[in-house]
Amino acid sequence: MDNGPNPDRALLEVRGLSKSFGALRALDDVDFTLRAGEIHALLGENGAGKSTLIKAVTGVFARDGGVVRLDGVDIAPRTAKAALDAGIATVYQEVNLLPNLSVTQNLYLGRQPTRFGVVQEREMRRRAKLLLAEFGLHVDVARLLGEYSVAVQHVIAIARAVDLSARVLILDEPTSSLDRHEVEILFRVMRQLAGRGIGIVFVSHFLDQVYEISDRITVLRNGRLIGERETASLPRLELIRMMLGRELAETTSERAAARIHQARDVCVSFEGYGKAGYLAPFRLELRHGEVVGLAGLLGSGRTETARLVFGVERADTGLVKVEGTTVRLQSPRDAVRHGFGYCPEERKTEGIVADLTVRENIVLALQAKRGMHRPLSRAEQDEIATRFIKLLDIRPPEPERPIGLLSGGNQQKVLLARWLATEPRLLVLDEPTRGIDVGAHAEIIRLIRELCEKGLALLVISSELDEIVTYSDRVIVLRDRVHVDELHGDAIDVSNILAAIAADGSAGAHESRP
Amino acid sequence: MMFRLPRRRVAQVIALVVILLLDRAVSPQFFDLRLQDGRFFGSLIDVLNRGAPVALLSLGMVLVIATRGIDLSVGAVMAIAGAIAASLADSHGLPLVLTAALGAGLVCGLWNGILVAVFGIQPIIATLILMVAGRGIAQLITEGRIVTFASPDLVWLGDGSLFGLPVPVAIVAGMLILTGAVVRGSALGLLIEATGGNARASELAGIGTRAMILAVYSWCGLCAALAGVIAAADIMGADANNSGLWLELDAILAVVIGGTSLFGGRFSLLLAVTGALIIQAMNTGILLSGYPPELNLLLKAVVVLAVLLLQSPRLAGLFGFAARLRGAKA
Repeated sequence: MDNGPNPDRALLEVRGLSKSFGALRALDDVDFTLRAGEIHALLGENGAGKSTLIKAVTGVFARDGGVVRLDGVDIAPRTAKAALDAGIATVYQEVNLLPNLSVTQNLYLGRQPTRFGVVQEREMRRRAKLLLAEFGLHVDVARLLGEYSVAVQHVIAIARAVDLSARVLILDEPTSSLDRHEVEILFRVMRQLAGRGIGIVFVSHFLDQVYEISDRITVLRNGRLIGERETASLPRLELIRMMLGRELAETTSERAAARIHQARDVCVSFEGYGKAGYLAPFRLELRHGEVVGLAGLLGSGRTETARLVFGVERADTGLVKVEGTTVRLQSPRDAVRHGFGYCPEERKTEGIVADLTVRENIVLALQAKRGMHRPLSRAEQDEIATRFIKLLDIRPPEPERPIGLLSGGNQQKVLLARWLATEPRLLVLDEPTRGIDVGAHAEIIRLIRELCEKGLALLVISSELDEIVTYSDRVIVLRDRVHVDELHGDAIDVSNILAAIAADGSAGAHESRP
Repeated sequence: MMFRLPRRRVAQVIALVVILLLDRAVSPQFFDLRLQDGRFFGSLIDVLNRGAPVALLSLGMVLVIATRGIDLSVGAVMAIAGAIAASLADSHGLPLVLTAALGAGLVCGLWNGILVAVFGIQPIIATLILMVAGRGIAQLITEGRIVTFASPDLVWLGDGSLFGLPVPVAIVAGMLILTGAVVRGSALGLLIEATGGNARASELAGIGTRAMILAVYSWCGLCAALAGVIAAADIMGADANNSGLWLELDAILAVVIGGTSLFGGRFSLLLAVTGALIIQAMNTGILLSGYPPELNLLLKAVVVLAVLLLQSPRLAGLFGFAARLRGAKA
């Protein structure tokens, strides 16, 4: 890999950067070093702190502590614009350009060349053409940006950023909506820029691409720096362990308590269930009282599986059977009627109704299931709310408090209560312990175990592998939106899961991505 | 958190009382009531009576806004319903007249609901269509004329009396109770508030948000049609150009004054009607005071501004900041 003219010079140095949101420490004393002319991958699962790091460096968030140096000079930009002026440009996954303006206008918006106050339209177009030609992009610059593919838009966004004399270019998940060919266009541009001495930060969850393009890798987990390595000398398994693993020593003993459920009846089964361009068809049987864990990297298809199972996305192939009978599953409403429940990962945007009280949030799904003609009386609502507040130890124990005022862990418990109140047969939990403090974390795991004792089938997604190992009877491993492996009984341990995730069978899998 | 804005419920009632007291100041007989021929008369009754159309509109509007929608077409729906009622009044009986007019309102509302819930069009645009087209439809029905009628049955809806009250006031009271019974007697109210508060989460909780949105827009259309019939009965004719003109804005204003956020969620039927009465009390006060009616528009603007500022989280933040400063000094 070309390391540029001056490989060891630190271009951007971040030292001891910290940032908290309320009680949550999103970044804890993080260091990061970017050299001139290198492509540096910044990796980590959801909530690891990648975005927070970028935003704290570029002035979108005010940082709580730490130093950022660009070429040895301390900088503290307060807005993204100030960061750009200092020489740090960021291109986000959703291109921040205006599709209804021409390519030229997008490139020169806010800095049009003028003569006597009149925009020099022709001059602007000439420059735009030259600029894009540098990146091997020959497009009609007078046409609207929106007429071009996302890849071309990305290159244009990068061209704009670089033309604004950026020395550091941050690319946040630039490839997630690109096909293989488009990724190559983008990579060519990235290499070209690195060759000019620009430092590039590349955020992605596609490990193949990381290995293909990056010189070095920095891994974050739970807001902390886990390590910085040369890409060439970092085995894939080791990288995944850095991203996912925690202290692996004592976790195996936990499984001693594993129960035997093989004798129980199948509760819900999916056969050949999938959706083109979303998730490859899979087979999944969930038995009463069984916990099935879904493991895999971010973007591997875990959440996609949950959404198909709960009818949020409609499958285009396959069958669902509930207690042996084929059923229709076209919407969450259908799923609720069949006795499914779903606690989504995005608690704030998809889970809680912040303005409503704890009581109202708890009874919501049960009320929806009963239909509006059979309202729960206030007394019934109070009884249900009080019962679950006590059962799940929701704090503060005030049913009439708006749920938005509760802590993350307690909000999560309210969402669990919402589904438990419907007496479901299957509960899907997507990252049930994310962003929750340690005490509530242990309690939620205890709850998960108790629930399956009662015959509930559970499908749990988690990035915390030791957590999955602790409660799962079976673990399904996903990679690149395919269910690739299934682990049973004693085979369930962190190293086996890591091995299954890392197994190199992913060649060509990107072709099928939308 | 020492500083708290006054509880919303109280704020509207205080506002209404203050405005009524101001009315009393400009017109000393304002609170006088007399009973004549088994019916109350007086300025207060006038406020209720004149405010009836907007109060009816606000009953439908508040539900729509609670789902995070809006209905700009209610004024036009009033014109349509008024035109239908006036055209049929002298040739058909009251039941058929009402059925036709209210049915038309229901269809209009359903149309809006379908655009919003099924086709996913933004409510403000979806209802703008009928706001423009509706007045055209009304003019087609009246063939561009002001249609007058003499049917005593329909006229009674405008100036008759029931239980000692003008009929429009009795209708508002009846609709308030009916809407309250439907919304709060079933789980609809909770489901509407949940959907308005977080549509995505509500859908994932299994709420059939689509049917609900269809229902609230339909109800809004029905309320608007009823308001249109009353307005027509009041002037014994239908003026397709002017019936209900700009009243959608008064209805939205009434709902907002009533403390329902345009971002959806919590709503109160009673406070929405209170909002309508606040607006009417201002209108009546200005007329009684002898100031030019143009002032009315200005005054309304000031009230809207005050209410919106009270709801603004930034302003609350400013107050909180000031309170902290004071706390720090103390």
